[in-house]
Amino acid sequence: MASNGIRDRVAIIGMGCTPFGEHWDKSVDDLLVDAATEALNSAGVPIDAVDAFWLGTLFSGQSGLTLSRPLKIDYKPVSRLENFCATGSEAFRNACYAVASGAYDMAMAIGVEKLKDSGFSGLPGLAAPADGTQAAITAPAMFSLLAPAYCKKYGLDEALLKDVMTRIAWKNHKNGALNPRAQFRKEVTKEVIACSPLVAGPLGIFDCSGVSDGSAAAVIVRAEDAHTYTDTPLFVKALSFIAGPAAGPIDPDYDYTTFPEVVASAADAYRQAGVKDPRAELAMAEVHDCFTPTELILMEDLGFAPRGTAWKEVLAGTFDLDGELAVNPDGGLKSFGHPIGASGLRMLFEAWLQLRGEAGPRQIPSVARGRKLAMTHNLGGAPGECVSFVGIVGSERSA
Amino acid sequence: MNGIVAYGAYIPYFRLDRKAIAAALGQPAGKGTRAVASYDEDTTSMGVEAARAALRGAPALRPAGLYFATAAPGYLDKTNATAIHAALDLDPATAAFDMLGSVRSGTGALRAAVDAGRPTLAVLSDIRTGLPGGADEREGGDAAVAFLCAEDSPEAPVLAEPIAWAHTTAEFLDRWRQPGAATSRQWEERFGEHAYAPLGEAAVTEALKQAGITAQALDRLIVAGPHARACKRVAASVGAPPAAVADDLGAVIGNTGTAHAGLLLADTLDRAAPDQLIAVVSLADGCDVTIWRTSAACASPRANGTVARQIAGGASVPYAAFLTWRGFLDREPPRRPDPERPAAPPAFRREAWKFAFTGSRCQACGARHVPPQRVCLKCHAVDRMAPERLSDVPAVIATFTVDRLAYSLSPPVVAAVIDFEGGGRFQCELTDVDPAAVAIGTRVEMTFRRLFTAGGVHNYFWKARPLRASSS
Repeated sequence: MASNGIRDRVAIIGMGCTPFGEHWDKSVDDLLVDAATEALNSAGVPIDAVDAFWLGTLFSGQSGLTLSRPLKIDYKPVSRLENFCATGSEAFRNACYAVASGAYDMAMAIGVEKLKDSGFSGLPGLAAPADGTQAAITAPAMFSLLAPAYCKKYGLDEALLKDVMTRIAWKNHKNGALNPRAQFRKEVTKEVIACSPLVAGPLGIFDCSGVSDGSAAAVIVRAEDAHTYTDTPLFVKALSFIAGPAAGPIDPDYDYTTFPEVVASAADAYRQAGVKDPRAELAMAEVHDCFTPTELILMEDLGFAPRGTAWKEVLAGTFDLDGELAVNPDGGLKSFGHPIGASGLRMLFEAWLQLRGEAGPRQIPSVARGRKLAMTHNLGGAPGECVSFVGIVGSERSA
Repeated sequence: MNGIVAYGAYIPYFRLDRKAIAAALGQPAGKGTRAVASYDEDTTSMGVEAARAALRGAPALRPAGLYFATAAPGYLDKTNATAIHAALDLDPATAAFDMLGSVRSGTGALRAAVDAGRPTLAVLSDIRTGLPGGADEREGGDAAVAFLCAEDSPEAPVLAEPIAWAHTTAEFLDRWRQPGAATSRQWEERFGEHAYAPLGEAAVTEALKQAGITAQALDRLIVAGPHARACKRVAASVGAPPAAVADDLGAVIGNTGTAHAGLLLADTLDRAAPDQLIAVVSLADGCDVTIWRTSAACASPRANGTVARQIAGGASVPYAAFLTWRGFLDREPPRRPDPERPAAPPAFRREAWKFAFTGSRCQACGARHVPPQRVCLKCHAVDRMAPERLSDVPAVIATFTVDRLAYSLSPPVVAAVIDFEGGGRFQCELTDVDPAAVAIGTRVEMTFRRLFTAGGVHNYFWKARPLRASSS
């Protein structure tokens, strides 16, 4: 019994990512065609070269036909999957395993979500028929439960925590301002963030990720084949996915200052990748900043800061673009919104750009200094009841 | 001896100041306040709260029957008493019936419970409303009261026994409401007074005769009914000592319709000494008179929350919120999906959880689970659970939020993660709460509510509210 991983067995040879935003003029089909075409062009292969497809989407379609129909895929396996907010990363993980197993030579992972057509603020519901006893609070409210618990545990006053949350939103918008694919491409002042209308608990509108449409895709081959297609592939170092027992909301021992699922998936991923000190070894981390307190707690759960200290590191700029470890260099969910099925692959797209030195004005300096690893992370669900994905990719195959 | 062995009253938390009506509508609306059922309450949920208080007064006794009376039922065609039955976790063999539609059904339910010859719970509940600016709106009130009636026993001694019942019945058009109509209509006020006065006097005379007493012997005279002038006139005509005439609570909670005679009786019993005579005169489509004699058991203090203490508590509700809750002000909803109506089969499968708030305790390791689970979250034992009801277990807030985006008739939604004394955690909405006063460590108790109505289905479930001093 072990989580062995598939370190260096598969590689990414091409990626595509649409701009994220309010695509009133584009359908789900359009977004899929755009992302798939960009990824295939990036890899320099025709769609016929791809042997199997994994499509991640939560709300925007069911079955493999959601992808095969717009792309006119000729009689190939197309799997459609969802795993909450880790949906895009799950499409990638499963495609990687298919190639690593030898079942296919080349696979595509693609994620898409069109949220803006519903007309709702936030996410639409999709509950199965139920007994009416589930708490009907919104996603920002669920994650805002973290704020008073964190303050209480570490003795922070609420105003200080608000400053920390504001700094996270400010940093991610600052990064997003440098990214042509982001939904929000301008810096936002701390004053505007801090004074934005409250949504849930201490969370203002600017503490919440936006609602957008988008799609992203990756083409995957066996690692030994990668250089046939590109001089600069990314090698998959670790893929970890964890579903927790969802016991936090019924277990008095859970204290709402951590995501145990993230801790477990990070430990698994570091073991697979051979990472000992993530803060010193990673060039960047794209983490699931659905709400600003989430990013704060992730810094501790992912091992970037000791328990109870991430707030100080945030204020000190440790996770800024030019900080010790750049977190959400592309602007994060804050700047991109969160089209569920696409987000994980959008994060991977940033790793693709950064580790290959193609990130332009937001290029992380530590890559040039020799850091070669990037993390992508998603969590889906709510505090105490979530799924977590941690992936690590690198620009060099270990000897 | 057969009589009332336990009772409980429920007055909702909110009060509407009549001056707020006057200020909004620019017309006189009188003085004082009225009680207002919150946006998440109806006659069924308030009935549950009153019945819970009543059953706490006689823990050794389980009712064999339940009568639910209201002029404002949540459902027609479907029995409402079954939801109360389920929330109280009564035995399936306990019958539960509605007596619906009119104020007079309140007295009828109490009489039927006393006459039943087996422990029977009478639950009287009402929500009184009228068109904005009208008398029903300002003078009505919302409340529920429950009486557990049974033979005298050492475990549950009778507090008050009826020594006389008298009724006069007449058909005349004083007040009416067609099914589906939001508000009632009333004939000219002086006509009702003319019709009621002789009916009242005849029933009172007959009751005094049955009891073999004169009106001067009454320690308390309660006169209740939807027609205020008729009530005043009959009260004055009885001939009881002026000090015996009970205040009708109209100034503080308003006229609670179906519940009102019972509520005034509960308020009197709260303070009654042994061997007192209490006449309850109810004027509704005739007149029903009961003369109660309190027993020696009234010497000991009642355990349940008193009417007076509930009146003293409470918080003010803005008039606009009141109109919204009653459906007279249709407000812009948030851009969020409508709430899903609860589905019948899952609610049926989970009746003990949804209605009685029954969790489970692992028999292998003792961990408590809310809602009930099959697999223990601590030791992973499978199917080693025993049911455990938590509706009366207090809890403490572990963390909380104020959700300004979620759908509610009364935003913002306040939600909390609560840890129960003796184990178990649940995440639920808070109600009857000031969002600014919520903190980690706040003590709360469970209360039965109608969370929302969707697709014509009332979603009954439990919320938590700050522990009220009056109910401990």
